[in-house]
Amino acid sequence: MMDFLKEVNQRSGQQVQLCFQCFKCSLGCPVAFDMDYLPHQLIRLVQLGERDKVLGSHAIWICAACETCTTRCPNDIDIARVIDTLRQMSLETNKTSEPDIVAFHKSFMETVRYLGKAHEVGMMLTYKLRTKRFFDDLWLAPELFKRGKLSFKINRVKDLGEIKQIFDRAGT
Amino acid sequence: MRVAYYPGCTLETTAKEFDLTSREVCRTLGIDLVEIPDWNCCGASSAHETNTYLSLALPARNLVKAERELGLDIVVPCAACFNRLKTAEKRLLAGKHEDFPFEGKIKIYSLLSFLAQPRWKKVFKQEIKRPLRGLRAVAYYGCLLTRPPEITDHPQPENPMEMDDLLKVMGVECLPWSYKTDCCGASLVVSKVDIVHRLVKRLYDKAFEIGAECIVTACPLCHANLDLRQKEINEKFNTNYYLPIFYFTELMALAMKIGDTQNWARGHLVNPSPLLKAKKIL
Repeated sequence: MMDFLKEVNQRSGQQVQLCFQCFKCSLGCPVAFDMDYLPHQLIRLVQLGERDKVLGSHAIWICAACETCTTRCPNDIDIARVIDTLRQMSLETNKTSEPDIVAFHKSFMETVRYLGKAHEVGMMLTYKLRTKRFFDDLWLAPELFKRGKLSFKINRVKDLGEIKQIFDRAGT
Repeated sequence: MRVAYYPGCTLETTAKEFDLTSREVCRTLGIDLVEIPDWNCCGASSAHETNTYLSLALPARNLVKAERELGLDIVVPCAACFNRLKTAEKRLLAGKHEDFPFEGKIKIYSLLSFLAQPRWKKVFKQEIKRPLRGLRAVAYYGCLLTRPPEITDHPQPENPMEMDDLLKVMGVECLPWSYKTDCCGASLVVSKVDIVHRLVKRLYDKAFEIGAECIVTACPLCHANLDLRQKEINEKFNTNYYLPIFYFTELMALAMKIGDTQNWARGHLVNPSPLLKAKKIL
């Protein structure tokens, strides 16, 4: 197996070894309160080659992709990109710590695969089937239907062949 | 002036008001929005979090279409779509991608920064029929219009001012606050709603503290998290916030007295009418 640090660097295009643990990423992180490892700790664990700890962490999925860490890193490490890479590597292990968040992303991308566009109702239905969280936001759905913000109407791309080609090339 | 328009998926559904008022405002200012033919989803955060190729290819298809079929600069209302299109632009121009022959002859603007250009601000000033005096607001930009600046080309990622400036042009009393680029929790609302409640509650607290009566946004996801969750947050934290959440284009339409206000106002869960009536704007 390839050295973890090397693999993360290669896939993210970043140089994770440049981190000198200034904590700036963690201090600005809006969701740090819900993370098992803070962003600077994730980066340190990557440097140390702790593959299982990092890929099995909750933190990589709790990250909201707000890009604050990337914007502020004094060593120009695109930390949000590193976390994207870690999420993708974690998906490849087939044991992620936040299955519901993963279910959301999968459900979202499925509607894009088949329609070329996101479809909220389709996405929420497949998400609920995946997670068995049938009662979440039940009060909200009728409010949104009433306002025409949710609809069974399907908006789709005409040239779905092009979308299929993109997904085929992506290997998903 | 003609520009390519990329509405993005949410503007057809949960952010219909943003689409409606963006089109009305642009039409009145003399900006002809030409929808990119057969555009597709930008992939949003789900693509970049799960598959690097998809995160490039989905927005790239739209860029190539706008450049080749329209040859026009692109204007994007949604902050997340804007960010994904800009990311694809930078990556496509940095290296050769045979699948997507994008040459970079066209520019990508967020609708907010496009309308905040001196040229359009001047036209807008002349079109104002009803200054929104007495309305106290904070401008909330969220994450993806400004960050990271290497992608967005935003000159002030930590303290953007373009929405503040537009609001001031309309006569809104736009208050300074330190939370304009804080995160609302974005799509975590689906599976981790507690995180969103906590982040949004802090935005309410801080907006209220400075004396704001409403929060103005430029992003469909920010709007959804702040508007749709207000009831839940009030119940959960035993608060009594009434803070209508506007898209900046809604206030522009109000100030220009164009369109039927009810057409967009009824899309909001937090009904803005009582506030607008109290301010004698409606």
